[in-house]
Amino acid sequence: MASVRVQQQDFDPGAEAEALARGRTDVGAVVSFVGHCRDEGGSLAALELEHYPGMAEEEIARAAGEAEARWPLLGATLIHRYGRIMPGERIVFVAVAAAHRGAAFAAAEMLMDYLKTRAPFWKRAIRSDGAVEGWIETKREDDQSAARWSAAD
Amino acid sequence: MKALYFAWVRERVGRAEEELNPPSTVKTVGDLVAWLRERGEGYAQAFDKPSAVRAALDRVHAREHASIAGAREVAFFPPMTGG
Repeated sequence: MASVRVQQQDFDPGAEAEALARGRTDVGAVVSFVGHCRDEGGSLAALELEHYPGMAEEEIARAAGEAEARWPLLGATLIHRYGRIMPGERIVFVAVAAAHRGAAFAAAEMLMDYLKTRAPFWKRAIRSDGAVEGWIETKREDDQSAARWSAAD
Repeated sequence: MKALYFAWVRERVGRAEEELNPPSTVKTVGDLVAWLRERGEGYAQAFDKPSAVRAALDRVHAREHASIAGAREVAFFPPMTGG
């Protein structure tokens, strides 16, 4: 049911979120999240995102399947970009539709946590002086955040 | 089996993919890592700390003790940093 896209080009978050409820009367809540490329201290020229084609789509779809098994969702759209992304540009999008907001908020948060820790993407920073800084390391907070969802209910 | 390498694992190994024919004594992901480490300096660097490298079998995350029997594609990569 979820729509999963891994692409180089930008996306329109408003249109994507709207599309989940268009023409439907059973959707009471659409929660969406947009992740942007953030520069700390004005020295970032771009992020270079590498991914594992095939597995990236499949792993995101598996996460969506887990969310659908856990909450009564009426639709979901997940988009992750790869390639060179400039500061301020959009990187990732998650939108979830449900009858009620509780399920939509929770599912969107779980999906973002899973995207950050399980989807096969790797970021590398390119500095304003042209230097390639190397691969960005995993943040412990992201692992802890994702672990919340696999803890025993 | 086909092996794929990503991010700094790819850079250290020096290639993005290759065909591997490990001996029959190599049964798990962990065995495969130990076998790869002996293949040269780049591999030794890539798998210097095996716990820092993640693996997937046929595009599904796999742990160290997972059996590689029947797998057509194995991938090694650092912990993910998407999102």
